[in-house]
Amino acid sequence: MMARMRTKWPRCPFVLRSITAVLMLAACTRERAPEQVKQPAATQLPAAGSPRATAPLPAEDGQWTMPAKDYSGLRYSQLTEITADNVKNLKPAWTFSTAVLRGHEEGPLVVNNTMYIVTPFPNLLYALDLTKPGAPVKWSYDPAPRSEAQGVACCDVVNRGPTYADGKIVFNTLDNHVVAVDANSGKEVWKTKVGDINTGETMTMAPLVVKNIVLVGNSGGEMGVRGWLKGLDLGSGAVKWTAYSTGPDSSVLIGPRFKPFYPKDKGKDLGVSTWVGDQWTIGGGTVWGWITYDPQTNLIYYGAANPGPWNPDQRPGDNKWTSTIFARDPATGDAVWAYQMSPHDLHDYDGVNESVLVDVPWKGQTRHVLLHPDRNGYLYMIDRTNGEVLSAQPFGFINSTAGVDLATGQLKYVDSKHPTLGDVVRDICPAAPGAKDWQPSSFSPRTGLLYIPHQNLCMDVQSVEANYIAGTPYVGMNVKMKAGPGGNRGVVTAWDPVNARPAWEIKEDLPVWSGSLVTAGDVVFYGTMDGWFKAVDARNGKPLWQYKTGSGIIGQPVTYRGPDGKQYVAVMSGVGGWSGAIVAGNLDPNDSTAALGFAAAMRDLPSKSTKGGTLYVFALP
Amino acid sequence: MDRWTDGPARRILTAGVLTGALLFTACRREERRFRELPPSTTPTTVRVSALQPGTMVDTMHVANPYENNAYAQTEGQRLYNAYGCVGCHANGGGGMGPALMDDKWIYGSAPENIYTTIIQGRPNGMPSFAGRIPSYQVWQIVTYVRSLSGLTPAGSRSARTDDMMMYDGSQALPKHVAPKQSFRPPASEMP
Repeated sequence: MMARMRTKWPRCPFVLRSITAVLMLAACTRERAPEQVKQPAATQLPAAGSPRATAPLPAEDGQWTMPAKDYSGLRYSQLTEITADNVKNLKPAWTFSTAVLRGHEEGPLVVNNTMYIVTPFPNLLYALDLTKPGAPVKWSYDPAPRSEAQGVACCDVVNRGPTYADGKIVFNTLDNHVVAVDANSGKEVWKTKVGDINTGETMTMAPLVVKNIVLVGNSGGEMGVRGWLKGLDLGSGAVKWTAYSTGPDSSVLIGPRFKPFYPKDKGKDLGVSTWVGDQWTIGGGTVWGWITYDPQTNLIYYGAANPGPWNPDQRPGDNKWTSTIFARDPATGDAVWAYQMSPHDLHDYDGVNESVLVDVPWKGQTRHVLLHPDRNGYLYMIDRTNGEVLSAQPFGFINSTAGVDLATGQLKYVDSKHPTLGDVVRDICPAAPGAKDWQPSSFSPRTGLLYIPHQNLCMDVQSVEANYIAGTPYVGMNVKMKAGPGGNRGVVTAWDPVNARPAWEIKEDLPVWSGSLVTAGDVVFYGTMDGWFKAVDARNGKPLWQYKTGSGIIGQPVTYRGPDGKQYVAVMSGVGGWSGAIVAGNLDPNDSTAALGFAAAMRDLPSKSTKGGTLYVFALP
Repeated sequence: MDRWTDGPARRILTAGVLTGALLFTACRREERRFRELPPSTTPTTVRVSALQPGTMVDTMHVANPYENNAYAQTEGQRLYNAYGCVGCHANGGGGMGPALMDDKWIYGSAPENIYTTIIQGRPNGMPSFAGRIPSYQVWQIVTYVRSLSGLTPAGSRSARTDDMMMYDGSQALPKHVAPKQSFRPPASEMP
């Protein structure tokens, strides 16, 4: 074919050749990557001995009893057997097949020499006995979720793991049940239904237990679900309070204690008045991400997701309180402050990403802050006592907005990237999954750096009219994603909060959809979607070790001390999730809008990873 | 040489006959039915498995009256978007639901299979639209769904939703339908 074209080419009339050349040139221009705007400052190491961020640490017990190991969300272990010097000797110790082939976003728990794993749908709970060779199954528990729930899970049928409190393993099922299981016997203690698949609700998040209150939230921002966070009694499973993300103050649990920092977030019933009519009843703001807790302020911190539908023209107004961070009292659910990152969100920039609680030297004072790498691409450093944004700098490439006004807290939108009904708007960065999605960061008090696993994607969008039909998608956007500037789809960024800039970055070909883990041995662990589990130096990002697992890694690595006194590192392998839906769901990339546009950016994934669900545990020989 | 067998008149006659034939077939292709009598399906005759105990008995196929009809396929495409099929199956590539443009069919590719899948729902997530979508519209959607993988005649296929449709197919919306910023919120509410 090529040869034939070549022989014919010289016979082409000059005019035709010129036209073709012009067309090709135009086509190139059309697909050219944007040259615009914001990029993280150049990589720079913090000077030795310079002020760095820290965090108070609970005593190290060698376990991993809650999703992020501690209430602050650090994902930091003080275990020191595995170090930057010896990690190169790490070897697999044992493995375990989960019998499930969908995306394994969960992280294991380790409590009392037992490891607990919750699988993606059908949400099997396994207890593995770490005291015996090869960690055989001690018991398993099947919550028997309804199979139909798979049809309303937007982004693969994932589960982000269980938590442990007071002798119980607590987790959510895809069909909206919160389950407490006796950690020793595997017997169900209670099971509470908190949502309805017929309105599009599912549950995928990992619960957190604070002072005998089980905190859980719903998923379904792509289905016109009204988001909420609920507090359940740990003893009985009874729902004690529900805090909606939209609607009147009475249902958002906004009362006299509510003191937002910025005028834009003040006013009565903003959860109604920033919508048209009763759109807030189907307006999203689901709560499917991470919750952290500060015993000093006695507040929990979490984010509400995107507004629905994605088509922004169908929901005029600021759409409060979607894409918002809430600080609440865990006992009552009362809101104490809130900050809306992306008012009238245009690009599916959920606010659900983790808020990591650290202390930062800032302009001569120590500020108690939360670090929140948002989907919209800014690393928000917010005073967690009052909601003041201290800094908001890009940690990835952004052209959809032009910064955050720290005086007003307002995000500055770029008008040319506004999706408008009937038009195709090209090269919006970051894409819908954001500069970073759910995959949690880790923080080391030793280096003062936040290790952010994230992606580098842009998108073309075309907004179309969405009809609301309960229990079906309510999106109204055709999306096509692609790699961002540079061509690498993934990044691991070590963020220096004191100087609000990256200390170092590692570019990865595929989106880094796994969580990160950092240890006192100055090792950062993360996985890639083609199955490599990697260890890098926490101080400079130098690659130290890698191991190829059976399937792509999108899980959350953890580390623990085994009954034999050795330090182990564990991670789930099993590709899927939104980014891996092309493999987990056998999608056809000939349609660029498959998987809400993510398949277009992942056309090569089926050649790099197959399905599979396996736990890998590593140790030094 | 006779002017009727080899001359302008014969050419005119030939052209006339051909045009007539074209018009005749085009009528079928472009037919609009305003009083619909769609085929009924009896679930007992629709097999989802090719495995039958004993001697093979033919499945009773239900003829889909829209299979050759461009209008019905285009309507099916419109309804596919309006009823939110596109939300799960995207423009054929799939997402929450399986891809429809490939050659893998979990519950069968025959028109009656797709019809019953839409009406009955399927246990792993396909909702049941019984009592929600009129029967003739379901058949129109069936026609469009089959067209995604090339199972309907090419001549009646509706315009492909190309990558981020640039409105150059038959689904084209005139630009003036969607003036820029027509639904933007008031300036005071904008961030």
